Amino acid sequence: MPSHRVPSEADIISTVEFNHTGELLATGDKGGRVVIFQREPESKSAPRSQGEYDVYSTFQSHEPEFDYLKSLEIEEKINKIKWLPQQNAAHSLLSTNDKTIKLWKITERDKRPEGYNLKDEEGKLKDLSTVTSLQVPVLKPMDLMVEVSPRRVFANGHTYHINSISVNSDCETYMSADDLRINLWHLAITDRSFNIVDIKPANMEDLTEVITASEFHPHHCNLFVYSSSKGSLRLCDMRAAALCDKHSKLFEEPEDPSNRSFFSEIISSVSDVKFSHSGRYMLTRDYLTVKVWDLNMEARPIETYQVHEYLRSKLCSLYENDCIFDKFECAWNGSDSVIMTGAYNNFFRMFDRNTKRDVTLEASRESSKPRAVLKPRRVCVGGKRRRDDISVDSLDFTKKILHTAWHPAENIIAIAATNNLYIFQDKVNSEMH
Amino acid sequence: MFARGLKRKCWDGDEDVEGAPAAPSYSLQRQSLLDMSLVKLQLCHTLVEPNLCRSVLIANTVRQIQEEMTQDGAWQLPAPPVAGRGPLDHLVSTEILCRAAWEQQGQRPAPDLPSELPGALGAPAPGSAQSCIWEADSSRGHRGSFPKSLDQIFETLESRAPSPVEGLFADAGGPYYDLDAVLTGMVGGKSGPGGGDGLQALAPAGAPPPSASCKRDLGELDHVVEILVET
Repeated sequence: MPSHRVPSEADIISTVEFNHTGELLATGDKGGRVVIFQREPESKSAPRSQGEYDVYSTFQSHEPEFDYLKSLEIEEKINKIKWLPQQNAAHSLLSTNDKTIKLWKITERDKRPEGYNLKDEEGKLKDLSTVTSLQVPVLKPMDLMVEVSPRRVFANGHTYHINSISVNSDCETYMSADDLRINLWHLAITDRSFNIVDIKPANMEDLTEVITASEFHPHHCNLFVYSSSKGSLRLCDMRAAALCDKHSKLFEEPEDPSNRSFFSEIISSVSDVKFSHSGRYMLTRDYLTVKVWDLNMEARPIETYQVHEYLRSKLCSLYENDCIFDKFECAWNGSDSVIMTGAYNNFFRMFDRNTKRDVTLEASRESSKPRAVLKPRRVCVGGKRRRDDISVDSLDFTKKILHTAWHPAENIIAIAATNNLYIFQDKVNSEMH
Repeated sequence: MFARGLKRKCWDGDEDVEGAPAAPSYSLQRQSLLDMSLVKLQLCHTLVEPNLCRSVLIANTVRQIQEEMTQDGAWQLPAPPVAGRGPLDHLVSTEILCRAAWEQQGQRPAPDLPSELPGALGAPAPGSAQSCIWEADSSRGHRGSFPKSLDQIFETLESRAPSPVEGLFADAGGPYYDLDAVLTGMVGGKSGPGGGDGLQALAPAGAPPPSASCKRDLGELDHVVEILVET
């Protein structure tokens, strides 16, 4: 982030997303800005910048709005960014705030025409008497200019706050989900959308469950999943009906009676759901765990990993200070063998599904000098305490890593820690296992 | 302050509220959690729409607590002043208490009383809390003649508008919440040997009772009245 600007709340990063090749990394922030980073190609001539990410483009995606009918502000905060698969030289992405989705086209200009007949180099009209012959303008190289333009604005589709967008594998449609409804859009049509899920009850007083996240299947363009605040996942097939209120599959884990408390429902609320790259599994994040689900088994997840079980005894305090409502995201690595999610104190966790080993790392200026190796961290919960351990009570709950992303092919991760973006690379094991 | 503690003593004989150095009892912790939840529901940021997911989760928590409290019989009213009268008269006497409190304050006209009063400290019924949260543009509540029947009271509870409630609560909210924290030691999260978080160690009892009755929460009205009288 630019160092000349005093960090303010507007700089808080609210979403991070690699594009499909990993060459570009987009971040959105609370101030409605999008910053795109590009990976410098590795070259022998510039050994210092070995595949590092530099700022490629910055633009204002959304502005604050005021809904006069309800007397409410509409925040400009970017909730999600999703890249479209690249189909030509231009890059496209969808960015959304609570109410409006926008399609942005990012193009490069590295040549410009010179030698106009009627204009001179500065664009001023020439004195016609000086023009004695015709010439054909030629393209000359220029400094790279990245141009961003809004191509579509998908507005007025949502009464409630948009929490997810997902581009379909057909590359023609995408869906947007708010607390109670999911809409299907065609990328070229902005004045119409199809409502495919509606869980709004006839009487709002009967509302007990909301949609928390939603995603299209990576390969089957008719399938999508949405998660709820009660911890359930619903897989829907758009071929079955126009309105997918009846799920094809319901994934729900029975509650553990020994762990039951008044907070059981809140901590079971799914904050993020992601299909694996293979399309065979789903990854969900709730307050204390990440779970891997097999699409063929609805009864329970096939794997459960504890992110910060030591918080279970602190749930009342975390309820009081609202931390219990924090929505953490989760991510797969390219080969679906490792999963990652954020936690508090600027810690993030990785779980290797094959070796069953896990690690806690910290994203902070102090521990992240360039080319330094990240040191695993440990939270001690009483008992033996090692030198660099942190006790649960010393954790900083204002430093939360909600947004993380994993490069689609390599061991490169992007971690958003409040208003700072960290990009870590595993140089030793750059190939996925 | 004392009135509230005394009332509790009527319900839970083994409770010791005044000056208890030990960890707050489960009932007290549960009550504190309920109060905290109601505070959370009411303290919405007025400019930006409240987070619906958070509101739903808190409302569900409130409902869970109230269902359990009903099942435990924690909502039992103390013995009526005149023996032999039916439950409806309890409601009437509560109503009179409400009216008396308001008349003391002399701020609101009587017809507004039933719709505004319970909202002051968050709706007693999750239904009314929800209509506050979910529909920011809901129409103003029924403000006809002073309702006499139980049903009329609760209809009004559920249809009152959010803004006067919020405005009302904004004044009472801060000091009330702190008072509660002092009373229970729960909110600070650092009470007793088990910590303020011993709540989940005390697993609530079995299946939830029928929902219809637990929505109608007169104990809460009672509670609300006491707080208003104190402030």
